[in-house]
This record gives sequence, C-alpha cells and structure tokens, in this order.
Amino acid sequence: MNKKTLDNKAWLFVLPMFVLVAFNAVIPLMTVVNYSVQETFGNNLFFWQGVDWFEKVVNSERFYNALGRQFLYTGIILIIEIPLGIAIALTMPKKGIGVSFCLILMSIPLLIPWNVVGAMWNIFALPDIGLLGYAINNWLNIDYNFTQQPFSAWFTCILMDVWHWTSLVVLLCYAGLISIPDAYYQAANIDGAKPWSVFRFIQLPKMKKVLTIAILLRFMDSFMIYTEPFVLTGGGPGNSTTFLSIDLVKVALGEFDLGPAAAMSIIYFLIVLLVSWIFYNLMMRNEEN
Amino acid sequence: MTLELQNIQKSVEGSQHIYPTSLVLEKNSINLLLGATLSGKTTLMQIMGGIEKPTQGKILFNGNDVTNMSVQKRNISMVYQQFINYPNFTVYENIASPLRLQKMKESVLDQKVQEVADLLKLTPMLSRKPNELSGGQQQRTALARALIKDSDLILLDEPFANLDFKLREELREELPKMFENKNTIVVYATTEPSEALLLGGNTVLLEEGKVIQFGKTQEIYRRPLNINSANVFSDPPLNRAKIFVKNNKATLEKVSWNVSLQDGEYTLGIRPHHVYPKKINEDFFDITGQVSIAEISGSETLVHFKLKENSWVSQSHGVHNFELGQISKFYIDISKCLYFDGKGNYING
Amino acid sequence: MARVKLDNLNHSYVSNPTSDDYVLKNINIEWNDGGAYALLGPSGCGKTTILNLISGLINPTSGSILFDGKDVTNLSPLERNIGQVFQFPVIYDTMTVYENLAFPLKNRGFETAYIDKKVKEIAEILELSPSLSNRASGLTADGKQKISLGRGLVRSDVNVLMFDEPLTVIDPLLKWQLRSKLKELHHEFKNTMIYVTHDQTEALTFADQVVVMYDGVIVQVGTPTELFETPKHTFVGHFIGSPGMNILPCDVNSQNVTCFNHPIKTSSDLKNIKSNSKLQIGVRPEFIKFSPSGLPVIVNNVSDIGRYKVVDCLIENQRIKVIVNEGDDIPSGKAYLEFNSNFTKIYEDSWMVS
Repeated sequence: MNKKTLDNKAWLFVLPMFVLVAFNAVIPLMTVVNYSVQETFGNNLFFWQGVDWFEKVVNSERFYNALGRQFLYTGIILIIEIPLGIAIALTMPKKGIGVSFCLILMSIPLLIPWNVVGAMWNIFALPDIGLLGYAINNWLNIDYNFTQQPFSAWFTCILMDVWHWTSLVVLLCYAGLISIPDAYYQAANIDGAKPWSVFRFIQLPKMKKVLTIAILLRFMDSFMIYTEPFVLTGGGPGNSTTFLSIDLVKVALGEFDLGPAAAMSIIYFLIVLLVSWIFYNLMMRNEEN
Repeated sequence: MTLELQNIQKSVEGSQHIYPTSLVLEKNSINLLLGATLSGKTTLMQIMGGIEKPTQGKILFNGNDVTNMSVQKRNISMVYQQFINYPNFTVYENIASPLRLQKMKESVLDQKVQEVADLLKLTPMLSRKPNELSGGQQQRTALARALIKDSDLILLDEPFANLDFKLREELREELPKMFENKNTIVVYATTEPSEALLLGGNTVLLEEGKVIQFGKTQEIYRRPLNINSANVFSDPPLNRAKIFVKNNKATLEKVSWNVSLQDGEYTLGIRPHHVYPKKINEDFFDITGQVSIAEISGSETLVHFKLKENSWVSQSHGVHNFELGQISKFYIDISKCLYFDGKGNYING
Repeated sequence: MARVKLDNLNHSYVSNPTSDDYVLKNINIEWNDGGAYALLGPSGCGKTTILNLISGLINPTSGSILFDGKDVTNLSPLERNIGQVFQFPVIYDTMTVYENLAFPLKNRGFETAYIDKKVKEIAEILELSPSLSNRASGLTADGKQKISLGRGLVRSDVNVLMFDEPLTVIDPLLKWQLRSKLKELHHEFKNTMIYVTHDQTEALTFADQVVVMYDGVIVQVGTPTELFETPKHTFVGHFIGSPGMNILPCDVNSQNVTCFNHPIKTSSDLKNIKSNSKLQIGVRPEFIKFSPSGLPVIVNNVSDIGRYKVVDCLIENQRIKVIVNEGDDIPSGKAYLEFNSNFTKIYEDSWMVS
C-alpha cells in the first residue's frame, strides 16, 4: 500500500466536515440505537426494553409484507433498468456533437429534485387530466387509475423510477464503453465477429467494473426509496405501495411508536448492508477468477 | 556522497517483490538496473528514491538514515517511461517548476532554465505546451525538469522505451553529457542489455526480485558470476550446451579441447558473436549443425542452427547466405567459452 | 495468399485537405504473393496508416488497393480476408486460449472437426498447446501476442497477414524468440506478411524487402543488404544501421572529392553533379578503419558494446563514428581514418549520385 505523505495541517481542513458528519450522522444513529432498546413517549422518560422491540418487529407480519414488497420492487427495477441502461449506452454516439447532446439529455432526469419527480408523475398519471392517464384510458382503452388500483399504482411507481434513474446506469455504462480501445473492435471485425459476439465477448466484459457500481448503487437507492413513491401514491391505494421506508415512517411518525420504529430502522440498515456486502463479494470473486 | 541500501526487502501481501539486498552507489556514477519486465527494477528504484518504503532494511544517504524520510524532503528527481509533464504549463514553466518551488530569484532561474533547455535542444520550443510536442521532445522536457534541480539522485525508469529506435539512440548518446559535472547518482532502469553496455557505469542485474550481480558493466558482461547473469546480459540469448570434462579434456559433439577444470558435468556458455560461420582463426574448433533459419539484417547475419541437443545462434558481420536445412560447419572461439558448474556458478576454465 | 498492389494512394484524415494535410502522398507499391515485407520509418511517417488502408479499417482519400488484381478498396475488412496483429495484445478475456484461436473460424461457419484440427496445429507451432484450456487473460504479454498471431494464422485462406509493431510490449529476450518464430512461420506457411515497425533490426531481419518511409512518402524500397550498402537517401543511411551512416560535408572538384581538404576515394559517378548543390559523403562506421595514413582525426570517446566498439572521432567539430571489432586495437589521441571506397558514396541534395 502506498502511503501518502502525512501532513498534519491537513487534519484542520477535515475537522469541520468531521464535526458536521458527526452531528448529522453519528449522533442520530446513536439516538436511533438508543430508542430501539428503550420505551419512550417522547417526554424524556425512558424505560429499558432490551430486545423486545426487535422481537416485535421480527415477529410482525406487517414488517414482512413491507419487506416483501420492497424486494419485489427492487428486483423489478434492477431487471428493467440495468439491461435498458446498457442498451441505451450502446446506442449513444462516441464522437462528434451528438455526444454532448446525449449526455445532457441523459443527465436531465437526474437533476430534478426527487419530490418534484413524484409530483410531476402524480399529475402526469392522473386518469382524467394527466397526459399518461388520459392516453392509457382513452387511446389504449385500458382502465387505469393509480389512486385506486394497486397494479396501476405499481406500474406508475416503476415507470417513474425507470424514467428517473436509468440515466445513471446509462452514464456509468457509457463511461465504461468509451474506454475500450478501438483495436478491440478492429480485431473483432477482422475475426468476422457478429454484433452480438462483439457485445458478449468485448463490450460486456470490459464494462464489468462499472456495471458492478451501477447495480450496487441502484440496489441501495431503490431499496431505500421513499420520496418519489410517497409523493406519488402516499403508499396507497391501501398499503399496496407501502415500501419499507414508507412503512417505517408511518410507524415512527404516524403511530408515534418510536421504539419499534427505531428497531425496524436498524434491521433495515442491517439488511441493506448484508445484501450489498454479499452482492459485492460475489462480483469481486468473479473478477478474481 | 553515497547511497547505501542495507538489507532491503520488500514484500506485498505475502509475495516477495524484492529479496534481501545490499548495495552501495557512489556519487557521479551511472548505475543501470537491468532485468526483464517485472523483475523488480521499478520497485527497487522507488525504494531508492523513497517513493516506496521497504518492508525491512535501511537506506543511508551519506551515512544518514533516510529510510523514513518522505520523498519531498529528499533531493531526488524521477523520469518515467510515459512522458509526464504538467499539461497546462509551457515547456519553460515545466522546466522551471522545481526551481519555483525552491523560491529561486527570477533572474537566476531564467539563466538556469535557458542553460538546461540549450543542453537538451529545447530552446525553440520553450513557449509551447507538452501536447504540441512530439514524444521525443516531451521526454526531453521531463529530463530537463529532472536535471535542473541539481538533485543528489536522479532516477530514470526506462525513459526511452516509448520512443522510436533512432530517437532512443540519439537521446541515449546525449545522456552521459547531461550528467557530467553534476555530482549526482544516476540510476537508469532498462530491459535491454545493449543499452547497459552503451551507457557503461555499473550494472545491477535483477531477476525475479533478486539482485544476481552488481559491478562494473563491462566486468559483469565478460565475467558473469553465474549462468543467470550471463543470460540476462545477452541479446540474442547465450548459447548453452552440456559438456563433460575428463582428465582436463572437455568434449562437445565429438570435439575435445583442454580445460583446467575438475572432472564432471558442466554447462558451456558461449555468446552468439563468438560462433562464426567461417574459420577466421586457426585455433577455432568446428561443430556441425543443421540450419533452421538465417536472418540477414544488412550489416550482420544471425544463423539459427540445431546441434544434437541444443539450438544455437551464430551472429556475424556481413551477409552470409544459408539454405534452410543446410548442414553446415560453425566455428567456436574456445578462448571465449564460459563454464558454469552444476549449480550454475561461473568457473574459471 | 495474394499479390498486393497499392496504386497512387493518397490519404488525409481531414475532410477537405490542403496539400499539407496529407499523411500519405502518392504511394505506389507492389508486393508479391507469399513474400515477407516490412514498412520501416519513424513515428508519424504514415506506415500504420498504410496498414489500416490495406486491412480496410479506413478508406483512402484517393487511390486504390488491389489483391491479386482485384480492386478491394471498397470492401470491408471481413470481405478482404486479412489478419492483423496489433501493437498491444488484443484477446477475448472471457474465453480460453482454445476458444480465442477458434473464434475466427467459428464466425465463418467451419465444422467443429476442422476447427479443432486447425487450432491444435497452430497452437503446436506457437508453443501454446499446454495452455489451450487456460483463460486467455492469465497469460503473459508475449503469450497474448501469440494468441493474436494465432488468430490470424488459423485461417488458411487469409490474403495478407499484417503486423503493427507487434513486439512493442515484449521483453528483449522474448522479442528475439518471437521474431525468429515469425520468420519460421513465414517459411512454413508462405503467407504474404507485411510488418510495420520503427525498429530497423526487426524490419531487416524479418523482411525480404523493406519499404523505408519518411513523412508520408516512400524513400527507398530494397532488400536489407541493398538498403545497408547502397542507401539512396541520406535519411535511409541515417535511419538504418546502429549507429547510422556518417554524413560528412565535401567538395567536388573536376572528378576529385575532398573532405576537410583531404582526398577521398568514392564509388560514385561524378559526371553529372551540378555546381551549386549541397554535396555530402556518406560512409557507414562499419566501412571505416584506422590506418597509418588518411583523414586525420582525434579519438574522442569509445563505447564498448561487447561484440564491437564504437569509436567517436572528431575532425574540426564534425563527428565521425567508426566500428572496431572486439579485440582490435584502438589508437588514442591523433589517428587516421581510411574509408572503404566501395561503400563511400556522394550525396547531392541528400540523394545518392549514381
């Protein structure tokens, strides 16, 4: 490991950020841990509960329902966004004026604040005045109402996420693609390889590292998703789109059950950590082979 | 002024990159690090400069322990294989940059830059940026930047490997001139034996992380310590064959000659240019082989031929035509034979 | 295998080129079926451009390329049926060595039995047989280059095999082995092989005929011996040979040549020399020797290369290099040089006077 020069003055630059991070992340995290093992009504009276809340969460059907919904959602997101992202990246030009144009186009969805995204799609998908809602109902003659039908609500949530986040996969894959030297394409050309072979044997292997990052990022973000579906559907109709984080907030703020909510947060955190770690190791082990 | 490595070792994650080695480099010397790719040249060089810390051992500069001194505090310069210059600075600014860090007076700085630029033939390019220059010119800029600092140690890591053959020749010729009167220790890494011979000085022979020999370049070439040394320093590779010695007579392919060696089995080594296609000297012995390829490069001929158990190469001046498969006699200059014992160590025969 | 002809090739990478933008100017070459050829020149002389034009990776601005008399200028690389080995090893990382070698044949729809036979044959010659089932990405640089080479050889109907500075990333020892291997392969398969390099040793040992290029034009075409003994331009004299030819200023006065006021015998015909042209003598260090009398010089420096020594001499600020065999004596201080008149030529405005 290459040790960089130690210049102690550098610590002074880091100190303010250190304090801020401590304030914003570490202390709240500790608070959550504290709440998860105690009972409180928010009036500064704490009663030790031990692992009771954890037991309650782990035994609650409601928790498993939300968790199941979450896994399903994330699974569908990954299955759609990753191949779609790769496909779009493959069609983007590598040279010339088209490059800047495409990059800007792809970046636009990523720049919009998440609650605005939710609000936009809310109006867009309204069955009577929204363009999407109206089109589906009247031009495709399908009965579509995301505020009342669970399937339509899911459909709209997923469509919104694909619109919002596929660009991230596209940009990452594009970066991986343009770093492939021309000689590989030339050699494949000379070898008589068809486009699918070129993709399978040259482009995909060379994109492996960026794809790992893309999948990992999309997994984590979609697993913790809150703002967009909440603004779009509020978790409804009923609890059909109540994903894990939405459920968590309902418990904590809606029902003011801080203890169970804190326990749920910690379990949530551990699940994300575990799955990410497993996934990352799988990808890295593949690479070493 | 000396640079001393005491029992330096480097291992990374369980694998040994540099085996224990001790070296002393004197001031005003050119030291070649010669070895194949991945033999440890770059690692050893970086340890010398303080860019990498050894896992064990000490580095002494003029008797002072500098093992833990950071690179910035040491007075060294380095030139890399890839042309590394500040892309946004002009050539002038690039060359001046080390002096600006030393906060030198402008007039003195200007004079020094002009001097070094003149030495490296960069004067007409001073106002250009590196990306407007050719490869050779970019590397000259990097060299100028290394030279201007008056460092105690200059490290050159295969600096001409990315340049054209002819350009490499040109710059290599200019190198000794650049370093004369500088009172500095120069360390130059290369994979080509001919470069080491051309630059002279001392050579450190490296093979898979081990220093197999250190000494004056000419001496190592003529008196390799063991067969690995002889091999690393050979281009084309050393011709080898097993011979048997009995009663002070060595035999190879029905030819015998006198040697002052104990009875036993030895490995004979002879450089390709001591194997001739014509009998130039009455003392030469002849062996018969079957020609497999003849390569003619205009000024010399390289003939590959097969003996009973070995494939040998003869390198000779001028053009000699051979037919593929032809059975031909080749002549060995016995006085130039190198003998190595069972362990591969050089024995005087 | 095919005869390759380049007819009046001009190329520029810019769309509306002026005369300065051309990287190739009026290239005319004819290469025979089954020969080993080299394109030799410094970086930027256009040799890689010619290679890419022949393989079809780029289309020429003007001019045509013919294989066996047939115009292939508008055909794709696949249709031209060529093989190319690049500067750095290009292999399919996810495939084994076997699959890499089989890939070009598989794409062309050959039968499995045929593919197997061909792959094993080529692997044997390239000494890759023990690694056939290993992943290609695990091999060393020279192993990977062999795979690249193998992919070209595996197709027996290939028209031309091209090499773009293929030994750049290889160590000197292995470089030497691969070079000899290429020559062996050429003997065995008699493919038309075109080798691009800036390294004269590679070019001269490999090729039967070398095309020397400079700045987009062909300077001389000839066998290695011709290029060495009779370089038609001072550039060729300088570029070929290590060290290159000595180029010295001279004066010609009614059939007498003098250099630094000393008479020199040459083998050039002095009849047609114009009066105000730049005249120079070219003589290689290999053809100069120290003698008791001759051109007076001061011995400046001696470099020992092992099998010979290069002696740097000085006469009035002009450097002259002399090659002396191992073991021969070298005078010090003042010395005299004698030039071999058979190999001493006059150059008028840099071109050889014949």
